[in-house]
Amino acid sequence: MADTIARASALEGRFLNADGLTLVRAEPAARLSLRAPKTAIKSLSKALGLDLPERPKTSSAKDGRAALWLGPDEWLVIDENQADLAGACASVAEFHSAVDVSHRNTAVLVSGARVETVLNAGCPQDLSLDAFPVCACSRTVFGKAEVILWRTGADAFRVECWRSFSDYVFMLLEQATRDR
Amino acid sequence: MTQPFRIATAGRLGKADPVRFSFDGKAFTGLSGDTLASALLANGVHLVGRSFKYHRPRGVISAGAEEPNALVGIHRDAARKAPNVRATVQEIYEGLDAVSQNRWPSLSFDIGTLNDLASPFFSAGFYYKTFMWPKAAWEKLYEPFIRRAAGLGEAPDRPDPDCYSNRFAHCDVLVIGGGAAGLSAALAAADTGARVILADEQAEMGGALRYETGAMIEAKPGWDWAQAVAADLSARDNVRLLTRTTGFGYYAQNMMGLVERLTDHLASPATDQSRERLWQVRARRVVLATGSIERHMVFPDNDRPGILLASAARTYLNHYGVAVGRNVAVYTAEDGAWQAAIDLKRAGIAIAAIIDCRSDPQGPHVEEARRLGIEYLTGHAVTATSGRLRVSSIKIRPVSGGAERSVACDALITSSGWTPAVHLFSQSRGKLAFEAETQRFLPGQPVQNMVSVGACAGTVDLGETVAEALKAGQEAAGGAARKLPKLAAKSTERWSGGMLGAGEGAGAESTARAFVDFQNDVTAKDIRQAVREGMRSIEHVKRFTTTGMATDQGKTSNMHGLAIAAEMLGKPIPEVGLTTFRAPYTPVTFGALVGHGRGRLFEPVRRTPIHDWAEARGAVFEDVGQWKRAWYFPQAGEDMHAAVARECRTVRQSAGIFDATTLGKIEIVGPDAARFMELMYTNPWQKLGVGRCRYGIMLREDGFIYDDGVVGRLAEDRFHVTTTTGGAPRVLNHMEDYLQTEFPDLKVYLTSTSEQWAVIAVQGPKSREIIAPLVDGIDLSDEAMPHMSVREGMICGVPTRLFRMSFTGERGFEINVPADYGRAVWEAVWAEGEKHGACVYGTETMHVLRAEKGFIIVGQETDGTVTPHDAGLSWAIGRKKTDFVGMRGLMRPDLAAPGRKQLVGLKTRDPKTVLEEGAQIVADPQAPVPVPMLGHVTSSYWSENCGHSIALALVAGGHERMGETLYVPMPGSVIEVEVTSTVFFDKKGDRTNG
Amino acid sequence: MLLIHCPYCEEDRPELEFRHAGEAHIARPENMAELSDEEFERFFFIRSNPKGIVYERWRHIHGCARFFNAARDTVSDRFLATYKTGEPKPDLGKGK
Repeated sequence: MADTIARASALEGRFLNADGLTLVRAEPAARLSLRAPKTAIKSLSKALGLDLPERPKTSSAKDGRAALWLGPDEWLVIDENQADLAGACASVAEFHSAVDVSHRNTAVLVSGARVETVLNAGCPQDLSLDAFPVCACSRTVFGKAEVILWRTGADAFRVECWRSFSDYVFMLLEQATRDR
Repeated sequence: MTQPFRIATAGRLGKADPVRFSFDGKAFTGLSGDTLASALLANGVHLVGRSFKYHRPRGVISAGAEEPNALVGIHRDAARKAPNVRATVQEIYEGLDAVSQNRWPSLSFDIGTLNDLASPFFSAGFYYKTFMWPKAAWEKLYEPFIRRAAGLGEAPDRPDPDCYSNRFAHCDVLVIGGGAAGLSAALAAADTGARVILADEQAEMGGALRYETGAMIEAKPGWDWAQAVAADLSARDNVRLLTRTTGFGYYAQNMMGLVERLTDHLASPATDQSRERLWQVRARRVVLATGSIERHMVFPDNDRPGILLASAARTYLNHYGVAVGRNVAVYTAEDGAWQAAIDLKRAGIAIAAIIDCRSDPQGPHVEEARRLGIEYLTGHAVTATSGRLRVSSIKIRPVSGGAERSVACDALITSSGWTPAVHLFSQSRGKLAFEAETQRFLPGQPVQNMVSVGACAGTVDLGETVAEALKAGQEAAGGAARKLPKLAAKSTERWSGGMLGAGEGAGAESTARAFVDFQNDVTAKDIRQAVREGMRSIEHVKRFTTTGMATDQGKTSNMHGLAIAAEMLGKPIPEVGLTTFRAPYTPVTFGALVGHGRGRLFEPVRRTPIHDWAEARGAVFEDVGQWKRAWYFPQAGEDMHAAVARECRTVRQSAGIFDATTLGKIEIVGPDAARFMELMYTNPWQKLGVGRCRYGIMLREDGFIYDDGVVGRLAEDRFHVTTTTGGAPRVLNHMEDYLQTEFPDLKVYLTSTSEQWAVIAVQGPKSREIIAPLVDGIDLSDEAMPHMSVREGMICGVPTRLFRMSFTGERGFEINVPADYGRAVWEAVWAEGEKHGACVYGTETMHVLRAEKGFIIVGQETDGTVTPHDAGLSWAIGRKKTDFVGMRGLMRPDLAAPGRKQLVGLKTRDPKTVLEEGAQIVADPQAPVPVPMLGHVTSSYWSENCGHSIALALVAGGHERMGETLYVPMPGSVIEVEVTSTVFFDKKGDRTNG
Repeated sequence: MLLIHCPYCEEDRPELEFRHAGEAHIARPENMAELSDEEFERFFFIRSNPKGIVYERWRHIHGCARFFNAARDTVSDRFLATYKTGEPKPDLGKGK
């Protein structure tokens, strides 16, 4: 019975390619909300197979798996291959919290030369490459929704938001795209 | 020729396309590039509106954003009617439809002119005096009268069909104003590679170079240089040029609000094109190059159409190729207006006379006027004007006294000098400094990272302006180490002289109407009267006379008003003070401020994974916070009452399925998880077994109920907490607050899982049979999985956290599955449910069923003043606990005092009567007014399962009133009720295992 | 919109990401049950609310989610310093 149910994304079929900008729903991924004090970072990094970043606004990525610094003891781990991330952390003895949030978030991939401008329709942060370089990430706001921005390329961002906010986020992205 | 005042050889519009437009229904033709003002003037139309108070005929005064008079309505279509648009700013487009305002029945014959004859009654402060007595007349007579008479344009009465947008931006250097100073600063900043934004409110960069024909920069006429620089800058990657963009607000830490007007100048903008875009720019450094604003002369009857500013006349001539008259008189106290006369004369316009109130103006402009044969009279003043709808002649006489003489003219241009545009500097909280010699307020020490350059900083000479702007631009970009760029800039023009206050013939003894503030009809006499009646500060004078208020905020009038008040008070100007400049610099539409946030983007609409299924089943939804929740599911022919009655019946007879996804969920993980729970909730948690659940109550520190929910213990160090739907974010914030700041040593982390899980509640005697075929790896027997327990396992092949719990009093389950699987699992459960005659139910049935059991809803039975004792939940307080949030608050004497409002049930004497929620409860409806109120109804429903109405209520001393009869007074009737227990159905609670 | 320096993110971030959280340096007593009414009143109800420098809590709720403290001048609306939860009040007389 296991493979009879496929994941049904909140943004099924949503897509826009206009004015040099592309909005596309990200493929379903595994996500982990990881909380840990400094003492557990080493072990958790080992268990996950990538270094948990310790500097604000930075991320690390390896083989389709990424860890985004969200706070001094908080990371969002994303695995595009839907690996069991909580299971991977289960063996770590040091105090930490690993909570599966694979389905809590939905993501939109935003790309194109105007990507900074489009995101700045709702995000008040400076998104220029100097202030927000490739691989930078941050929890912030986009209009009236909270999002996590992760810059995956000079002109590409992954925008993560909670599932029920994804419709709003996608619509605001569409409007911003059309504002030339 | 259709545009009799257009001069083919003048201006820059040249062979521009003709554009047809209408004003008050009359058809006109202008040229592409015209403003409405320039196009009307080209057609010889000066009369464009009626003044606010006296309904006096008024014409165009300026050629820019400072315009106080020429306010019109622009009607694009039925829904797009913009009032109070400045004709001097509005560009014309094919088919533009403009109407005059504040007149009836027509602009040239206006009944309201009677106000002008009655003007002695409308003197300064008349609002405060005239409408004081009798008090009763205020509401019926005075207020309606003022409302009808006041206000300028007509607000549109339909929803705004346009869209607007928002953009946050960051830059190293933000330059406001695109004249010679702003362009130079932007150029120098851009050369360093810095990120530069340059904004100007006009359609083209250039500022005063638009009319200042004597300016030469880099061997080019000033205007041509400006266009070349603008083109150069706009081609650079590090520069953003914004035209038609007003910097309207200067906020903290170099945040500037700008509005970019995108479509108001277009004949047929695309429907999805934003009308305006709000820019919220954060600049490392700001360069203000906002120029200066010319003032009119204050003299008797100085407000007739055809009387306008000298710089405006030059702009209309030198840029738009429009003469403001055929026989133009000049009245001035400064040099620049001479140049206007010279420009007009050279273009073939007769100059009736230049009247300069100074005794001996000198300079090349005087020589040139003489050479051109212009008559000029120094030491003279204009003391009267005539002409009903347009000036036709003026009276002049020597300042020193003597005979008056009349001079015919069809236009009079005036200048009393220039006021630096320090508005944005002042908004930035910088203090202004008064320069006595030039009678100007200039920017003092900046308090933000900014600099003012050019005319707004008091610099008059073009060469100096350009040099200081280049330096400021380069320094702003952090390029101080580089060699300072140079531009050769020189102007033949002179800008010296000027005066403040009333001119000859409008002095203290005069009863003449010499207008200071055109938009609010404030005269020099009004300001003097205000001082005579005791106003001492300019802030008082402003409020008493309304000078400097209205949409133009006194851009042309403030300094005159101040000077007249200072003269009356016998004080220097700085001691009388200057009113504070506040945002916005010019009016900003609500649309621009709202931006994207309207319609579907007004607020996020949150939907569960099961939403579409419910919608397809005909569910009616209700809003719960941002969530859409299925309210009830009417079948064919059912109204709400029938649908809810059927759903309530079915749940208790067989089963019902309910989407509980919106409940807040928090995962609490760590070795100190139970200790943390003990502090956050009133209940004890240490001994709760793994796999067991408990209903928890959370208080604020003051002892009042904050939230509630069922909590499951998944492991020694892991709790699955649920919160109310609306409470989810604040409960997590409340917990994080205590964890981070009061109990940082506890080894616990909190994670919101509200949206990780879809929650499918299955409630009713058949609930176990319905889910059993789908569940894998969980023993559902009462022994293995009793009421209030939680198990992890599989359902439909996906992982589940299965809770056995009940918010209905029936045997029940809540199936948590990862959200992306929610819809599929829901459908599988529904397919099983249908076999057992189950129904799907919504929030209304959920509310009724829980009320039948006396379960509270936080926010409905509680309102922030209800303790657990009041709500009958004392059992949920751990008696052996030494601390939890709210424990000490609960011990406050008033929270334990007798007579508190307590939660009880109410049964109406007539079982069919359903009380209104919120209705008041009294002991004796006959008691004299004010009748003592005992409390109010918090929840009330028809209970199909009980066969009578049920209600919950907060009643003073309610727990001691069981069986008492109380009364609910309603309009036209009094409802008799009996106080009962809060549990109406299955009092023993057997059905959770039924 | 203010810019607020988050001591955890170590950069200035827009005010929209933050939420104000009341006066700082009011520790919750450990012996809550033993507080007199007067002591509870002082702890729970009384706030200083001065004109001038206030010490207050903020949360970078839409950022790193940390609570932190700030010294702000209520007259100029300027942040004089921000510092991490648990750290003592900064000495505003010294430094730059």
